[in-house]
Amino acid sequence: MVFLRALAIAAGMVLFATASSSQELKIGLSAEPSAMDPHYHNLTPNNSLLSHVFERLIATDEKQRLLPGLAESWKVVGDTVWEFKLRQNVKWHDGSPFTADDVIFTFQRAPNVPNSPSSFAGGVKGKTVTKVDDHTIRISTEAVAPTLPNDVATIMIVSKKHGEGAKTEDYNSGKAAIGTGPYKFTKFTPGDRIEFERNDAYWGAKPKWTKLLFKPIPAGPARVAALLAGDVDMIEDTPTADIERLKKDPKVQLSQGISNRLIYLFVDHARDVTPFAKAKDGAETKNPFKDKRVRQAVNKAINRDAIVARVMEGVAVPAGQFLPDGYFGISDKLKPVAFDAAGAKKLLEEAGFANGFKLTLHTPNGRYINDAKIAEAVAQMLTRAGIETSLEALQPSVFFTRASQGGPNNTPEFSFILVGWSSGTGENSGSLVPLVNTFDRAKGTGTANRGRYSNPEVDQISAEALRTNDDTKRAALLAKATEIAIEDVALIPLHYQVNTWAARKGLSYKARSDEFTLATDVTEK
Amino acid sequence: MTAYLLRRLMQTAVVVMVMSVIVFFGVHVIGDPVWLLVNPQMDQRDIEAAVRALGLDRPIWEQYVYFVRGALQGDLGRSFIFGEPALTVIVQRMPATLELAVAALVMAIVIGIPLGLYAGLKPQHALSKIIMAGSIVGFSLPTFWVGLMLIMVFAVMLGWLPSTGRGPTATYFGITSSAFTLEGLRYLFLPALNLALLKISLVIRLTRAGARESLQQDYIKFARAKGLTHGRIVRVHLLKNILIPVVTVLGLEFGNLIAFSVVTETIFAWPGMGKLLIGAIQTLDRPVIVAHLIIIVLLFVVINLVVDVLYTVLDPRVRVARQTA
Repeated sequence: MVFLRALAIAAGMVLFATASSSQELKIGLSAEPSAMDPHYHNLTPNNSLLSHVFERLIATDEKQRLLPGLAESWKVVGDTVWEFKLRQNVKWHDGSPFTADDVIFTFQRAPNVPNSPSSFAGGVKGKTVTKVDDHTIRISTEAVAPTLPNDVATIMIVSKKHGEGAKTEDYNSGKAAIGTGPYKFTKFTPGDRIEFERNDAYWGAKPKWTKLLFKPIPAGPARVAALLAGDVDMIEDTPTADIERLKKDPKVQLSQGISNRLIYLFVDHARDVTPFAKAKDGAETKNPFKDKRVRQAVNKAINRDAIVARVMEGVAVPAGQFLPDGYFGISDKLKPVAFDAAGAKKLLEEAGFANGFKLTLHTPNGRYINDAKIAEAVAQMLTRAGIETSLEALQPSVFFTRASQGGPNNTPEFSFILVGWSSGTGENSGSLVPLVNTFDRAKGTGTANRGRYSNPEVDQISAEALRTNDDTKRAALLAKATEIAIEDVALIPLHYQVNTWAARKGLSYKARSDEFTLATDVTEK
Repeated sequence: MTAYLLRRLMQTAVVVMVMSVIVFFGVHVIGDPVWLLVNPQMDQRDIEAAVRALGLDRPIWEQYVYFVRGALQGDLGRSFIFGEPALTVIVQRMPATLELAVAALVMAIVIGIPLGLYAGLKPQHALSKIIMAGSIVGFSLPTFWVGLMLIMVFAVMLGWLPSTGRGPTATYFGITSSAFTLEGLRYLFLPALNLALLKISLVIRLTRAGARESLQQDYIKFARAKGLTHGRIVRVHLLKNILIPVVTVLGLEFGNLIAFSVVTETIFAWPGMGKLLIGAIQTLDRPVIVAHLIIIVLLFVVINLVVDVLYTVLDPRVRVARQTA
């Protein structure tokens, strides 16, 4: 790869072969969407791409703040009832009008798509949609649901006329892929390309590009080469190794933005003896992470600035909590923990680990940007502090199975892991509840709590926040719960990823924190 | 002959059975695809529902019995990722791979045979030495590296050819291929060359070795003594004889081209079966992996069978040997 980079520097002097016409935009995607059905697979590549064709009642801006979409406004009309005013004069791509019936149909269809590997049930669950008139609906819930607008903002609305009885195959063929969005579906060739054309009857601002072509190019170097060769106008998920060089390339314009994805370390909070932490001589020992001082020591032994500067080549931001600045419900008191090797050693001594201990860090390899390299740096930093850390990097499929349910009775297997998390709702309860609330299958909390952290105080305040419709009060409660969990070192935040889009000179992209790549946000200077 | 074919068919069934068992249980041991399929935000109950929907909550042997029952009726299961029948997903991508393999094969023949023949006829010539050195390079360089270099040189630096993907297609005689359009050929050239490089080297070496060996043989000397021109000796007598092993090897290599175009397809984002297989392995899309490998096994068996049968037709000695055996 080094050689490729060297050669590419030379290539920087060469002009782009074909400057594509200003009307068509070609985008190189890092992952291929699995279907054109907006309710088939709830995963970023699908949700991002289909946002061009379909719209949601509530849209989100580049920082995941809520904006009017197909709904002009929404408000609470009772403790458990929300009223949405739908936009008038919105037409489906076939010319038929958009009404409340389409919304009701969508909420029925979304959780019930056959063969869906990851359904939209989560956003729809516990919500009953009723029609008030053609352009007013009410959504009622069983309990108070302050994050209902965030849930609604995940569901793409489909046409009742075309969606009734339609299977995922009908969306892939284009038969049912009729939306209200700024672009119309033209063609989907699996593995090869997705083509859209402009919807001239769009209700919102007229889209700039007449045609869109998306090409899935999963290999990072090939994606960069496609941009440099002029085969595509823009690529997403630019490999960090190439960013420095592309920055200097006069033909390329980079757009960067902090993402909502936190990279963090989880320790085993639950077991008294944890399998991957051993005494220096290899003998069994009590779980060192049960002692808060050990967790604090790990926190201090890590040099986040060095990881960001060296491993991430500057393309990341050190983290001190679950979400970066600007998000709803975060704490303004929490800052990244400073590197303090002496302090770490002292804490270990106090905890009775003056000689340190042996530890294995497990990490996925290829799931997050530079994941295994970050883990390598962490292992070295901990070893220097006295915790002799070895590293085991695993295929993501293997890692997540074992990290989630590889132990006895489907409990998490590992003692110390590196993982990432992004808040699906775009606010702090979407991180707090799955990550550091007690794992509870019935309540649906702690889904991603692979450290099995459990703190009644955090649980109680989080639950209270989710019963509070008042935004100011809820934000304060979420911040408080976060502060308690972080102070208790429930997990060890490392950094927030920064996403990089690279485009040909003259184009710029409004970088989004949710990692969506939207042609409507690509502008020409 | 019928007994022979039947025996081959039985062997094939056993191979497919064993392979499917290994892959089925192997993928199961690696991990659970659910954790890569589901949205991380889903709660435990929804994740369990997804597991049930994919049938992954059943014991693995039960899943296998279910799979075999379907397979016997021609249903190899649905892709976990795409939700469509695995066979459909693969067949959709097959034309792109076949097109690439055929193009690579043609390149191997068109480039390999003349160069090999030249090197065989004039072994001391400087050009021959360059050809042979080149073939060693072709053998030893890793495909992924050559692919990246081809992209860097021809697409990025020179800008002559596109770097990625498949071009527009056209349909003639019921075959849809990007090789039928000029633009499509531009897209096809680099990946096909990358895939062909190894085969070109192979053909050069085979042709050269064959030529050098045949030149020493009596029938060539006799033809010379008869006063035939050099050109006629090479074209009619020599080439005909050395082509037999070349054609045999290429026949078998064609299977390799289809089955193992994985690296080339990944680098050039070529929408074929190889790119699909890599994606399926990364996401543990078991139905697609199993179906893909079954297709490949069948393909190899068929190619081997055809080569065997052709042998008996072409070479009387083989026929006699089989009859007496």
